[in-house]
Amino acid sequence: MAVEIRYENNTMTAVISGELDHHAAAEIRMTIDGELGRCSPETLTFDMSGVTFMDSSGVGLVLGRLRTVQQWNGKVRISDPSPRAEKILKLSGLNALIVRSSAGKKAKK
Amino acid sequence: MKTVTNRMKMTIAGYSNNESLARMCVAAFAAQLDPTVEEISDIKAAVSEAVTNCIVHGYRDTIGDIDITLRILDGDTLYIKISDKGTGIEDIEQAMQPMFTTCPEGERAGLGFAVMESFTDTLRVHSRPGKGTAVTMTKVLRRRG
Ligand SMILES: Nc1ncnc2c1ncn2[C@@H]1O[C@H](COP(=O)(O)OP(=O)(O)O)[C@@H](O)[C@H]1O
Ligand SMILES: [Mg+2]
Repeated sequence: MAVEIRYENNTMTAVISGELDHHAAAEIRMTIDGELGRCSPETLTFDMSGVTFMDSSGVGLVLGRLRTVQQWNGKVRISDPSPRAEKILKLSGLNALIVRSSAGKKAKK
Repeated sequence: MKTVTNRMKMTIAGYSNNESLARMCVAAFAAQLDPTVEEISDIKAAVSEAVTNCIVHGYRDTIGDIDITLRILDGDTLYIKISDKGTGIEDIEQAMQPMFTTCPEGERAGLGFAVMESFTDTLRVHSRPGKGTAVTMTKVLRRRG
């Protein structure tokens, strides 16, 4: 399980790859929260294109960060979720946060 | 009464890094029913939810044993029982409501039972406060002729 943080303008992107379960979420949360504490981005994007497994812990991870960025009226987006991530996101209602990047669209073709 | 055509039992320590181990073991056992990739992923998610619940809610601040019983019923159905000897659940009906959680500070979404329910065919929960919790799920896997 890995998370990589990228910045572009006022957006912080957390690129998550591998299996997103309760064990992995605990580590990812620490990394993201450390960064959020430093920079308060306007938008936090979870890139979930490389998530090979996800359970409801992934939903908890997103909801927890949503609460944090809302303190400064920030937004949360989930970009290009893999089919497994999307299945859980749909069940949770968080699919409203999904965005498709052009890179993600190309990858799907 | 269904016939048990294969079976397996295991006990794992309730460390969170054993969540993936539990998923892999169940997937390996289920493979004999020749499931689709999607079915395997659904089973893994359901198992992950049940095992995580034992760790997060059942045993909270301790490390306890999680028992996993696997069976093949009638040659086409996967039976999974996952149990702990932890805190137990006071009100099972309430616990199974989507979004209900007793542990929001642990960043739970209250969707574990919803995932188990939607990714399997049957789900039963037995629990006694102070004694523990057992979750039983079945999923028919060999419908394709
Ligand atoms: N093995 C267990 N031992 C004790 N309580 C449990 C167990 N499994 C579930 N629960 C209770 O049921 C609630 C709902 O579980 P679930 O749907 O998985 O949501 P979450 O884990 O996000 O809280 C939990 O918050 C907890 O109170
Ligand atoms: Mg749960």
